[in-house]
Amino acid sequence: MHEVCGPAAPAFAAIACAQHTRGQFLWVRESWQGEALNPAGLAPFVDPARILLAHAGRQAESLAVAEEALRHGALAMVVIEITRPLDLREGRRLQLAAGAGDTVGLCIIPEGMGSNAARTRWRAAPVFDSERQDSTLMRWEIIKNKAGTLGTWHVRFDPKTRSETHRETNRLHVVSPAGNGPGSEGMPG
Amino acid sequence: MWFPRLATDRVLRACPVEAPFVLTLKQNNTDKLYCLNTCAERAGLHRGMRFADARAFCPDLVSRPARPEQDARFQAALRRWATRYCPWVGREGEDGLVLDVTGSTHLFGGEEAMLDDMRQRAERAGLALRLGLAGTRGAAWALAHFEEGIAAPDELRQALKDLPVAALRLDAETDTALQRLGLRTIGNLAAAARAPLARRFGQDLITRLDRAMGDYPETVAPEADPPHYGVRLTLPEPVGLVSDVMAGASRLLDALCARLRENEAGARILCLTLRRVDQGSHQIELRLAAAMRDPARILRLFERGISEVDAGFGIDRMRLEAILVEPLPVEQISITARARANGLDDLITRIGTRIGLENIQRFLPVDSHIPEHGFVLAPAAHSAPGGGWISSRPRPIRLFEPEPVIGPVTSSTTGEGAGTFPPERFSWRRMVFNTARSTGPERIAPEWWIDNDHWRPHWRSGVRDYWRVETRQGRRLWLFFTPQSPRWFVQGEFA
Repeated sequence: MHEVCGPAAPAFAAIACAQHTRGQFLWVRESWQGEALNPAGLAPFVDPARILLAHAGRQAESLAVAEEALRHGALAMVVIEITRPLDLREGRRLQLAAGAGDTVGLCIIPEGMGSNAARTRWRAAPVFDSERQDSTLMRWEIIKNKAGTLGTWHVRFDPKTRSETHRETNRLHVVSPAGNGPGSEGMPG
Repeated sequence: MWFPRLATDRVLRACPVEAPFVLTLKQNNTDKLYCLNTCAERAGLHRGMRFADARAFCPDLVSRPARPEQDARFQAALRRWATRYCPWVGREGEDGLVLDVTGSTHLFGGEEAMLDDMRQRAERAGLALRLGLAGTRGAAWALAHFEEGIAAPDELRQALKDLPVAALRLDAETDTALQRLGLRTIGNLAAAARAPLARRFGQDLITRLDRAMGDYPETVAPEADPPHYGVRLTLPEPVGLVSDVMAGASRLLDALCARLRENEAGARILCLTLRRVDQGSHQIELRLAAAMRDPARILRLFERGISEVDAGFGIDRMRLEAILVEPLPVEQISITARARANGLDDLITRIGTRIGLENIQRFLPVDSHIPEHGFVLAPAAHSAPGGGWISSRPRPIRLFEPEPVIGPVTSSTTGEGAGTFPPERFSWRRMVFNTARSTGPERIAPEWWIDNDHWRPHWRSGVRDYWRVETRQGRRLWLFFTPQSPRWFVQGEFA
């Protein structure tokens, strides 16, 4: 179970989905949340036909749905958008379910609403790229890591390398911005 | 068997009325009498009469709207009931049944006794019934409609001789024409020369006559009973434990799934009714994401519903019914990842029991260049994934309702040359942004073939010029300008 916050959190989730070449994804939201995902915008990252959406009435329901989906193990990844902080019990249950189903769970959280049970927490923010147009330059910052060190990377997603022959290539490029030391090559799976 | 007042009898069985009673059906924009009871007939009303006229004749008329589809269902129920007399039962028109009782009359003590039995039962059920028994289907129809009785095979011609020609199931036009020619009874018609009749009225009339007389065969087409997907279990002692109820459900599922497998069908909606000792009952409805008939898999999906039931003093009867059944042919097992797809269906069902099956959705493309109408969310259980998500220009990953941009009053926001470039500085959601690079414009016009005032009120403001604005703060926003009412809005955010 991982968490991500910040303005580029949906893009982070989409890129995380793009790392899985097979399987379906479940995106759990509450039905009242206004900001819609745009499949045309997701298409460069991941095929929208592979995304299932679940609209729950309340957060308790959406958590139950996410737990069920994580435990089931038929999905490649489960993304859940939450609006109020998870308590330790809820976070831990999701974590256990993800472990039992061997599925990656990603929780899109509002700023500062992380739960203690998460394995890692990321903050993703877009960065202006002065060199390239149509860039997806982002600053990914790992702000909590239970099994490692913290770090910051500047990354750019390149949909152009997506082809049949390069199926397995990681389409994420780590770039070193000026005035900032290069980050490590490690990426979340 | 002819039920002359099937529709009214059906309604009056539920709520008897002593006054003249009619059912009305709207035909050609007029309410017409569809069916009426004896009391209304005595008052001088007849079928096909206008309802307004009927009310003028008979001020205390009680009426209801007719429900022909329910009448048809009632007729089907009667058909099933009539199989108690013989196995060959078909429907005849909208208000009749045709039975081939050859070889089964002796079971009821002869033809007379059988007809008496039918009459008694129909009377007890509150149905008007007229019976005709004859060696041919046409003759039986004629007798039922015009002169109730039994015609022995050798007296068939004699019995039909005095019946009007309408008893041959003729249409109104032929009937009138025959009346004009003076051929009023079947006897007259049979005695007339056949060749001129065939020339004048077509072969159909002759065929009907021959069928009634038994010179030309006519079969009774029995209908096959649709397979019934319901099983029940009655327990000698009430049970209350979840495991016991699950064991019962497992037994029911085995029986039901065996029947489904026989017919190559799969259940889509299942309903488990648990009847308690104190006559209370609890229903568990299970909506499946895909048709299935594997008892072990379905049983696991029932777990959640059964664990929520309040057993009270115990459950002593269980009934499982497949409400919606879909064909599910046997599939070749292959080495592809079919198992995983099955697992996904199970998961959708499992989540569907919690938040409703229609709340699990997937994106389907729509042929529209309006960004927010370029896709539709369809329930995943009832749709297949669709492809074709190619857009020539980058699109934002998130879309929201257009939010107005608050910018400093400069020449680019109002006045001359407004809209040629996005504002240098603007604030959105209480954040201030400096435009670093902007790409555009991309003009999107409202789809004129759709009533935008009514269906898409957001697009009433006319064409939009979209810009991809990269801000110095990092966020990449999708702004648009409406030249017809000069303002800037934010509608989306790029990755």
